[in-house]
Amino acid sequence: MTDTLKEHAPGSHPDLPPPVTSRGAIRWMRENLFSSPTNTVLTLLSIYLIYVVVPPLIDWAFINSVVDAGSRDECWSKAGGACWAVVSVRFGQLMYGFYPEALRWRVDLTFILLAFAVAPILFDKVPFRRPWLVFSFAFPVIAYFLLWGGLGLEHVESSKFGGFMLTLVIGLTGIAVSLPIGILLALGRQSDLLVLKVISVCFIEFIRGVPLITLLFVASTLLNYFLPPGTYFDLLLRVLIMVTLFAAAYIAEVIRGGLQAIPKGQFEAAMAMGLSYWKMMGLIVLPQAMKISIPGIVNTFIGLYKDTTLVVIIGLLDPLGLTQSILADSKWQGLSTELYVFIAVFFFVSCFGMSRYSIYLEKKLETGHKR
Amino acid sequence: MSAIEFERPSFKLEDLWTDRRWRGIGIQVIAIGALFAFLAYIVNNTINNLHLLGIETGYGFLSEPSNYDINQHLIEYSSRSTHARAALVGILNTLLIAVTGVFAATLIGFAAGVLRLSRNWLISRIMYIYVEVTRNVPVLLQILFWHALVVHSLPRPKQALEPLPGTFLSNRGFVIPSFEFNEGSWVILAAFVVAIIVAIAFARHARKVQDATGKIYPVISINLAIIVGLPILAHFAAGQPVGLEWPALKGFNFRGGLVVTPEFLALWFALSVYTAAFIAEIVRAGIQAVSHGQTEAAYALGLRPNWTMRLIILPQALRVIIPPLISEYLNLTKNSSLAIAVGYMDIVATIGGISLNQTGRALESMSIVLSLYLLFSLLISSVMNWYNKRVALVER
Repeated sequence: MTDTLKEHAPGSHPDLPPPVTSRGAIRWMRENLFSSPTNTVLTLLSIYLIYVVVPPLIDWAFINSVVDAGSRDECWSKAGGACWAVVSVRFGQLMYGFYPEALRWRVDLTFILLAFAVAPILFDKVPFRRPWLVFSFAFPVIAYFLLWGGLGLEHVESSKFGGFMLTLVIGLTGIAVSLPIGILLALGRQSDLLVLKVISVCFIEFIRGVPLITLLFVASTLLNYFLPPGTYFDLLLRVLIMVTLFAAAYIAEVIRGGLQAIPKGQFEAAMAMGLSYWKMMGLIVLPQAMKISIPGIVNTFIGLYKDTTLVVIIGLLDPLGLTQSILADSKWQGLSTELYVFIAVFFFVSCFGMSRYSIYLEKKLETGHKR
Repeated sequence: MSAIEFERPSFKLEDLWTDRRWRGIGIQVIAIGALFAFLAYIVNNTINNLHLLGIETGYGFLSEPSNYDINQHLIEYSSRSTHARAALVGILNTLLIAVTGVFAATLIGFAAGVLRLSRNWLISRIMYIYVEVTRNVPVLLQILFWHALVVHSLPRPKQALEPLPGTFLSNRGFVIPSFEFNEGSWVILAAFVVAIIVAIAFARHARKVQDATGKIYPVISINLAIIVGLPILAHFAAGQPVGLEWPALKGFNFRGGLVVTPEFLALWFALSVYTAAFIAEIVRAGIQAVSHGQTEAAYALGLRPNWTMRLIILPQALRVIIPPLISEYLNLTKNSSLAIAVGYMDIVATIGGISLNQTGRALESMSIVLSLYLLFSLLISSVMNWYNKRVALVER
């Protein structure tokens, strides 16, 4: 110390680096992991938890797992971990259900085109966005003919639909159709016209008051009574209608929240400009209300997408339904965990992706009005 | 200043689409007409269909014997009981899963929400992973997963796990000792009622003392001691009328004790963990919604951190937390209808499932199920509205 004092004039000594314990990784750990006795206990507990869960999980899922085998017993004779063979052997079924194997290219093509169709809707910085959007709006028609057949393509019964393809068909149709219906319901609920208001409120509250599964039961057991005798009504179509109406009621409530958050001045200014009701809503109010409602809308979509699994209870063969039939096969009995984990990963990736996109969209539309 | 008189023009046919008021009336008349035409169409079709199929209608089947068994019934029930009784068993089972699920989900959810905001990086990451994984996987999948785990992975009753002495976890469910109420048990019930009255009186007294002198009693812990302690004292004073029935292994299964079925266990656990993830996010958002200035002001006044949380932050956060929390409770109740996937006998599985299939009375059964759920929702949302009115900020 005396040396350094000699070398520098008083007051001109360069700053010493902070002590080892208050910089770098050690400082970070002291602040974030061991700042107090409680925190230390929590950290140690967490480390123990990770130690108990993670290594066996990795061991089960990757190190000791078998991908290539013909049956459960063959799997278990090779290694004690997960038997992914059940997934790889039944992969086609889990993806397409009982869709005829020779025609599966049509499903693949539909989903490739789907990716192409949603791109200009999701991202606005793509080149040639306008002509591209025309394709996007024509896509549902193309998809219908590709999936169900017609126009020279071989007809496929919707009872053959299954697996993740069914999940996507129900989920995406629900998402696409429920949004406009939800907007109309929300406008109806906020309308000055008493009759429209009462009808919207009753519809929304009824749908939101009962579980989706009971509505699906209504679709599968009661709808036959409501239609003229002898009418045949595709089960998948009934499910699509119910799922869409269900999501629409929830979306209506989310958008109503957005509408209520718009200051009255916006409505009054629009009316003072002489805009008609639809122009006022379409140009002034809804763009602002929708922006506020994005998180709620995406959450509803995620909910709808997850709820597509309920169709297994009325007998459609979504991935969970196929799981039950695969598990009934004596070759693959007892491998429920592997199948459930596989399906869970699929849902996690798509739902997590949707919620990330909603965060991206919120940030993009953030126009800096926040104080 | 003279008033300008507008002469109101008489109604012309084109006013129906050019004049705002007339157009409104026109639209409403059309809407009513369309609605009634739609309803008449449906009712007419239904009557025709029922007539063609020769199905009788009416709720008379409710008093007929049900002819099926229900493995978990909170009230006396056998296959000779009526369909109405089966429905009641179903309702009670739904309520049981709803109440226990709400309780567990609230505990886990609040803990996870607070830990998610912890300064401890590790624990907040773990909670983040828990919340994201559970929220993004369908709850039906989770129910089936846990059910399969209980039924296939837990040992048989003979090799049952014994997490606590006297409790057994096996693939037949979770068996715990049950209470046995012998003669004289009413003393304990009476003691419990008295304890609650005393507790309320004490809470009021403590409030008065605090208002008058500023002295704060530990009301919660003292009241807890009273409510738990008094019945226990009464139990010993009355010569131990309440006994415990211990489960014992007899043959291939357990006899005695209270059996929590694997279906209930899987459903309860999955629903609680799933709903708790949503509650955790609600709690986190609620706490973050309270401005940091409130914490700083409380510290400046010399409040200690835990008092700041209890007296300043939480009351304000609760105003944000409670409405979405209650709608999560409602969601849990509605999700409990997924019970049918694992064979837990709730409303949907009893009256809307087996009774419907046995009697063929689809219209009647589904109308009962739907109106029961609507009743639950209306009850819960009226509670929510009442609370919202009570805690709403009173502004100018």
